Amino acid sequence: MKGPGFVLRMAGRELRAAPRRLMLLTATVAIGVAALVAINSFTDNLRDSVRQQARALLGADLALVSRQPFSPRVEALLDTLSRQSRSSRVTSFAGMAYVPRTSGTRLVQVAAVEGGFPFYGEIRTDPRQAWSQLQSGRHVIVDPSLLTALDARVGDTIALGEGRFVISGTVQSAPSDAGTRFALGPRIYIPASRLDETRLLGVGSRVEYEAFFQLPGNLSAQALADRYRPPLRSERVRIRTVADDQRNLNDVLTRLTGYLGLVALIALLLGGIGVASATVVFVRQRAQSVAVLRCLGATAGAVLAIYIIEAGAMAVVGSAAGALAGVGLQRMLPGLLAGMLPVDVTPTISWSAVGLGLGMGVWVAVVFALLPLLAVRRISPLAALRRPYDAERPSHDRWWLVGAAAVAASMVALAAYQVGSWRQGAIFAGGVAAALLILWLASWLLTRAMRRWLPSGWPYVWRQGLANLHRPANQTVTLVLAIGFGAFLLGTLYLVQHNLLQQLRLTGGPARPNLVLFDIQPDQLPLVERELQTAGLVMSQPTPIVPMRMRSVKGRPVTELLASTPGRDETNRSNAWIYRREYRSTYRDSVVPSERVVAGRWTPGRASPARISIEQDLARELGVTVGDEIVWDVQGVPVISRVGSLREVNWARFEPNFFVVFSSGALESAPQTYVTLTRISDPAARGVFQRRLAERFGNVSTLDLSLLQEALERLVDRVVLAIRFMALFSLAVGTLVLIGALATSRFQRVREGALLRTLGATSGQVYRVVVAEYLSLGVLAATVALVLAAAAGWAVARFMFEGPFTLPLAPMAALTLAIVVLTVAVGLANSRDVVRRAPLEVLRDE
Amino acid sequence: MHTAMLRCQSLGRTYRSGGRDLTVLKDITFSLEPGGFLAILGPSGSGKTTLLGLLAGLDRPSTGSVHLDGQDLGALNEDQRARVRAEKIGFVFQAFQLIPTLTAQENVRVPLELRGEPGAAGRASELLDRVGLAGREHHYPSQLSGGEQQRVALARGFSIRPKVLFADEPTGNLDAKTGATIIDLMVSLNRDLGTTLVLVTHDLDLAGRAHRTLRLADGQVVSDSAA
Repeated sequence: MKGPGFVLRMAGRELRAAPRRLMLLTATVAIGVAALVAINSFTDNLRDSVRQQARALLGADLALVSRQPFSPRVEALLDTLSRQSRSSRVTSFAGMAYVPRTSGTRLVQVAAVEGGFPFYGEIRTDPRQAWSQLQSGRHVIVDPSLLTALDARVGDTIALGEGRFVISGTVQSAPSDAGTRFALGPRIYIPASRLDETRLLGVGSRVEYEAFFQLPGNLSAQALADRYRPPLRSERVRIRTVADDQRNLNDVLTRLTGYLGLVALIALLLGGIGVASATVVFVRQRAQSVAVLRCLGATAGAVLAIYIIEAGAMAVVGSAAGALAGVGLQRMLPGLLAGMLPVDVTPTISWSAVGLGLGMGVWVAVVFALLPLLAVRRISPLAALRRPYDAERPSHDRWWLVGAAAVAASMVALAAYQVGSWRQGAIFAGGVAAALLILWLASWLLTRAMRRWLPSGWPYVWRQGLANLHRPANQTVTLVLAIGFGAFLLGTLYLVQHNLLQQLRLTGGPARPNLVLFDIQPDQLPLVERELQTAGLVMSQPTPIVPMRMRSVKGRPVTELLASTPGRDETNRSNAWIYRREYRSTYRDSVVPSERVVAGRWTPGRASPARISIEQDLARELGVTVGDEIVWDVQGVPVISRVGSLREVNWARFEPNFFVVFSSGALESAPQTYVTLTRISDPAARGVFQRRLAERFGNVSTLDLSLLQEALERLVDRVVLAIRFMALFSLAVGTLVLIGALATSRFQRVREGALLRTLGATSGQVYRVVVAEYLSLGVLAATVALVLAAAAGWAVARFMFEGPFTLPLAPMAALTLAIVVLTVAVGLANSRDVVRRAPLEVLRDE
Repeated sequence: MHTAMLRCQSLGRTYRSGGRDLTVLKDITFSLEPGGFLAILGPSGSGKTTLLGLLAGLDRPSTGSVHLDGQDLGALNEDQRARVRAEKIGFVFQAFQLIPTLTAQENVRVPLELRGEPGAAGRASELLDRVGLAGREHHYPSQLSGGEQQRVALARGFSIRPKVLFADEPTGNLDAKTGATIIDLMVSLNRDLGTTLVLVTHDLDLAGRAHRTLRLADGQVVSDSAA
């Protein structure tokens, strides 16, 4: 009986004879694995860094955070805690800063620090001692970018609201330097003892109050958090611990790297398709050998095992090479994501990521090779004697279905692992499968159409070239899949980036406002209006803003609702937040263009109780609908309201939009501030105006939307760069699959070319046949792919970013052209032997 | 009287091709004693190769039965028939059918390894020596001439000391002189090892060296020299 040794020995001999193109396939697996190992290893490094630096990111063991000044009850608790530990307070808000000596003005993020914050980590300053001397006078420490913006230097006097300070140093590095946090403006640290001098904490300002604690060894932050969370919840105070922060940060970062991992996974899956297509050809070439082995008494299972082992061995080699490359590539990722990461990442080899990459690579290669390999079981030994009759093969193969199911399940499982969610994994796999299916369908239709309807009146070279698309053993499907999927990926990425940036072009239109004036006190409004008029500026209708909190919803007090809101994770911005948060509402009688009433009726004018209109998503989360009652706390005064309508709001429009809008009559006498918008096209004039306003009205802030836009664009560019980097791997794999697929048919082509030339074709004609073939392939693949990309881009813009979608025709046309040219070029390069070698030489080679 | 090594009864084979039934073989009955040498003669398309395939258990008959060494091949499934081939049957093909990725010696070893026999390498070299290819063990098929390739195939066919060796036009791709050498080798191996030979050919000279000839035409036996 056959020994198991036979299968292994045969697999070894097959491997020895593995042709070069199979090494090419090994490379396709390697590239995908490299990308995966790099990103997964980086993710592990990131988790390690977060674990090591979480304490420094919070700067303390425990923090209490509130949007309103701590109540006496909370202050009593803070007192108790302070007696057992070191404590520190930070008050943060936005304000306008300028240096009297120069002409600039800038909206800044102020942090008024009191006590020894941070207890962990370090705020490094230049000069070094600046941080320790911050409290010793009217000192401020600023971001270096503020110095540039204000054309200032250390030692200058800086104005902040009504206060005057001396810039004593710049921040070189601080924990939690995350990208988005300071998009609104550079930060500036001031001593808390001088906070009142700025007079910036008026009604309507958005302020965050934080108390930090460094606990002695016998006090557990978690225990304290568990104990005080319930009572503090009704006080609208949030507790942060190092563990909470670490968990939240990990969630966010893992999502980011998870999506990058999906792009890497696409490279691996493309490699899988390459493996499958090469295996189809391989099985075809080995059919005779298989039939002979079967004649000599090898069972179908043994033959299948030989080739599975061979595929597995090549996958192991490819994956190992890929893992090695991935470890090297990983070092590039921190640089690529610089400025987006709140922690410093030290690249170290993550063995679990390496092992996982090896496993994924081998698994994908074997599973994709398995489907075509199953065909070797059906090769009859009779084939060694003569060509089989066509109807001898059974049409149904149960194992084929099992193999196909394994491929599908693998795709879902790998994607789910990569993003950490089964649902998203399934959506991703479904999307990839749909794109591949449509591309496959298109190539199938093309070959069908060429067989049926190829016009006989066309010139010979065209008929010959197009007929090549459907000849036996053609590579049309593989080529369309490889070219098309690469093009689809590139196109989608481009469209998403384009539309995202388009949406960010807030100041794009000439009439769009680019300057927001906010925190205007009612008594300042006429003066500000006059200021704008003198400057010859058009301003929008000033919008009143009334800060308020919820007191009760449908008769249930919010304190009760907060106490019963499940979940110990306070930083989770879910249910608790909608009850705890401060609402900045307005009142008016008309609907604005960026909103639409979807339920109830918009009722202008006075009513008792006051009518409100709520944004529909918020209404759903609150569980309220038209007719329900909500009582608000407006600076201590209860205001009863009834929901009159629900609205859909287009938040993407940069206009003052509101969750809650009151009808007129209820809030006119409440403490309020105004916001208004204007447009100043010239950046210099914009600066001059901001400066004059800051000098005259210290508490009025101006937000330069073009600066905000620039900051956001930089962020988007970063993310896109990272995604593009990962997409490069898919492109490399796609090109390899393309070259591999072409190389497979190369010998056949060279012979055909030789035959054509023997029959009298010129080399030009032979080239034109090749051009006809690849031109049609490239055009089909690129067109279908970019239509798919447009659909995917639209879906992302519409459902993920909820913005409009535009299709930039010129760049898409350029992309199509580039893909077609590349395809034809690779095809021609592959065929150069056809004309370089003498026909006789080729025919003799047989 | 020995029991027959090969016995077929009312053997027939019909294929479906292009939606029509195509009868390739009809009602073949004969038996062959151990150590016999049978030549199957007939023009192209007469069903010679199909008959060979059925006799060797490469295919299932539509009607009738084949017994090889007393075993009913029709009662066996595909894997069981593969085992019978590994144990008892050797092949020599017209197109040599060496596995191009294996050396001469490895090609000869394959059937031995399939049986899990120890000492396959030594036996393979011995056989190659016997067919006059000593020193060529590590050459690949593409590095050998047609005659040399067929000698390797012969060594492979005899490697397991098969009870029956099937040869399908073994000299069809060779010139007359080389072909004669191959047949000489086959005959001497048949004599030395007592192997039953079944040879398919359309070469009358070749058929003349067999103990018995069976002529086929249109899938039916038209003459049997033993009858």
